[in-house]
Amino acid sequence: MTHDDDDDHWIGLALSGARPRAVAALYRYFRDLDLAEEAFQDACLRALTSWRKNGPPRDPAAWLILVGRNAGIDGTRRRARFTPLPDEDKISDTEDAETSLAEQLDDSHYRDDILRLLFVCAHPELPATQQIALALRIVSGLTVRQIARAFLVSEAAMEQRITRAKARIAQSGAEFDAPDAVERAQRLGVVMAMVYLVFNEGYSTASENIEGRNTFAHEAIRLGRLLLGLFPAEPELMGLAALLLLQQSREPARFTADGTIILMDDQDRTLWDRDMIAEGLALLDKAIRHRRPGPFQIQAAIAALHARAARPEDTDWVEIEALYRALEHMQPSPVVTLNRAVAVSKVEGPQAALDLVEPLAPALGNYFYFHGVRGGLLMDLGRDAEARAAFDIAISRATTAAEAVHIRAKLDKLRAAAPS
Amino acid sequence: MLYAILCYNDEAAVGAWSKDYDDKVMADLMAVQKPLVEAGKMGPVARLLPTTAATTVRKGAGEPVVLDGPFAETKEQFLGFYVLDAENLDEAIAVVRDLAEANPGMGSYEIRPVGTFFPGAVKT
Repeated sequence: MTHDDDDDHWIGLALSGARPRAVAALYRYFRDLDLAEEAFQDACLRALTSWRKNGPPRDPAAWLILVGRNAGIDGTRRRARFTPLPDEDKISDTEDAETSLAEQLDDSHYRDDILRLLFVCAHPELPATQQIALALRIVSGLTVRQIARAFLVSEAAMEQRITRAKARIAQSGAEFDAPDAVERAQRLGVVMAMVYLVFNEGYSTASENIEGRNTFAHEAIRLGRLLLGLFPAEPELMGLAALLLLQQSREPARFTADGTIILMDDQDRTLWDRDMIAEGLALLDKAIRHRRPGPFQIQAAIAALHARAARPEDTDWVEIEALYRALEHMQPSPVVTLNRAVAVSKVEGPQAALDLVEPLAPALGNYFYFHGVRGGLLMDLGRDAEARAAFDIAISRATTAAEAVHIRAKLDKLRAAAPS
Repeated sequence: MLYAILCYNDEAAVGAWSKDYDDKVMADLMAVQKPLVEAGKMGPVARLLPTTAATTVRKGAGEPVVLDGPFAETKEQFLGFYVLDAENLDEAIAVVRDLAEANPGMGSYEIRPVGTFFPGAVKT
């Protein structure tokens, strides 16, 4: 790498790191997502020339906000009156202005700006996929092309999806006054749910789509850390970040070379990412000290018990069952009960688990995992014919090829056990 | 003379590194460290987890206060550090409380989990 390449690479990373803060502040100035993005793009172009020449500024985000705001105002004027852009040197000479701006933009401003930007992306009238695409585009700064590839759709379709989402937001508007404490907490809750959506989009995506999977997970973790930097004392946020890190730590072990999913019991645990586990456990430790449990913290605690077990047989299923029970109490859902049933099967055996699973049929009849778990329990109980029937339904409900392959392996096992 | 070398950088930019790029940087840094370790000149090396994983214990007039997040004041100077192998954050905080009590005056302690750690080869 030459020095110039190195510089440009560094500038690119600094721009990307500063983006959420800069775009969020520009959105407050211009009150329009497109204008804010354009102003940020302008500022980035100017940064490339100025930072190459003068070195990066002390506070890249403050520099970008100031230059972006000027560029945006110029752009608005230019459209109105066709006045030419001021020349680069005048705009690059911003050292003094930068200092005063950085003083004005204290952390509380940044916090509400970024929260607002994420909150409009999580607009309740937008379907989940649009929320995710918008957050990746506007907050994370991924290109439409990168997002399209992650979702496995065409660039044109993704462009349209994002344009539509932006129009919807422009139409309903956003609240630009500083939120009070209650409103802030509500926004944070909505935004945390969206960050989890971003992550899940990756976690549940097709095994073949490695790039997409990692894009979603990586960006969700970045958003989680970003929020945590703004709300350092929020235990549920620590829980969310811990949950994402602990789940993602298993990624290197989740699939075979040909893309078949590997269940946790069969994963090579030496492949789990130790740094992510360490960070996840550290955040969970911090969260627990607050003694204000919430659904993300509980799920993170469950993931942590898996992460701490060197071998599957070391897993503390009694504790996991208790945690699922707490989660069920806090956030009742048939899927949580199904997960608890898996823990129950390890603690009390398959019959107790099946008793818990059977009543879930009306709610989860279309759910692949329900039939897979039910089939597995029936198989453990030696009720092979019923197990086979359950696995057959599971295959028909599978949403990815890997899921179907996994169930077929179970059917093969049944067939091998009882050749008739 | 033993020297402590403290590394500072823009966390948001480093956090934007891809896994591949991060691995490459770590390999480049290892190449610099390896001969120094072999010569017995390089002591412990620690890469700290992000500041979001930090907890700060501040010693004031009364009981020390435990705060989430990194040490953020600019009035104090960095005077020393410990590397502690603790079971969990609670144990680390308990040790810090003892240290704070034994140490006269005010001051803060940032407890930051260590990600990558190499013990190094310096003997004293």
